[in-house]
Amino acid sequence: MVGVTVAIVQFGGSNCDRDARRALSHVGVDAELVWHEEGLPEDPTGIMLPGGFSYGDYLRAGAIAANSPIMAEIREAAEEGVPVLGVCNGAQIGSESRLTPGAFTTNASARFQCERVHVRVENADTPWTANYDEGEVIELPIAHGEGRFEVTDDHLAELNDEDRVLFRYCDEEGNVTDEANPNGSKENVAGVLGESENVAVLMPHPERISLPDIGGTDGQGILQGFEA
Amino acid sequence: MNDHLKPMTAYTATVTVRLKQGVLDPEAETTKKALQRLGFELESLRSADRFELDLDAESADAAAERADEMAERLLANPTIHDYEVEVESRE
Repeated sequence: MVGVTVAIVQFGGSNCDRDARRALSHVGVDAELVWHEEGLPEDPTGIMLPGGFSYGDYLRAGAIAANSPIMAEIREAAEEGVPVLGVCNGAQIGSESRLTPGAFTTNASARFQCERVHVRVENADTPWTANYDEGEVIELPIAHGEGRFEVTDDHLAELNDEDRVLFRYCDEEGNVTDEANPNGSKENVAGVLGESENVAVLMPHPERISLPDIGGTDGQGILQGFEA
Repeated sequence: MNDHLKPMTAYTATVTVRLKQGVLDPEAETTKKALQRLGFELESLRSADRFELDLDAESADAAAERADEMAERLLANPTIHDYEVEVESRE
């Protein structure tokens, strides 16, 4: 096998799967679309849970997909160290399946929000953030109605201690403020690591800001995490 | 299986899923404001999801146990939700 082949897992209602493949291809990461019922291909070198509205967001965003059989395979691969990245609905699936901590729930605004935001890189010492500097501010698009990060205070303190918060919503200068928090996430958390650093989820869409022709490349570094 | 030895009873298990105290509920807040706009007076509003599960089990306890597991596994998200289970026999 030449290069890296990442499995982008499609559920009914996934809609960022092809964008993800294109963006990954642009940064030199081979990826294939995998229908969840087919199961994972043998020895994937990475797994991406793309954005969308799997199962129509029924019950809670990500809840039904999180309980589909392929998730057991994904959990096993994650435990073996295979890189796993969840974006938007993929992040919701990640937290619902308890691959990653906390929950992503209804935005404080109670509205679907589709806009550009700034996030500050909190930990640049992970595969997903190694291309950035700690404290660097990047611009990423969000498009979600259920992106408010919720977690108990104790658990959040633990995540902070363990450096598992990857990104926080901030203003252009990198100040983490309530005004710069688009969805009411606790402590402005936009992305977190799972139990180990090969597993990460975030609500913003790096694949939508990775092709120079369509508005920026700030998201490339995150996708390059599959190569790290 | 020894099902024929233990007669099964028809139950309805009702699972009520609520946000934990202190977790913001923007939809409830929006609904409350809409009621106030209609001229109603109210202090606060809490919403909950209610699931009614018709199932057959050996006993009310067994029905409750099964519904509890369903809540743990899928109906509730323990990070943000509390839930309760009530079981009644069904005609």
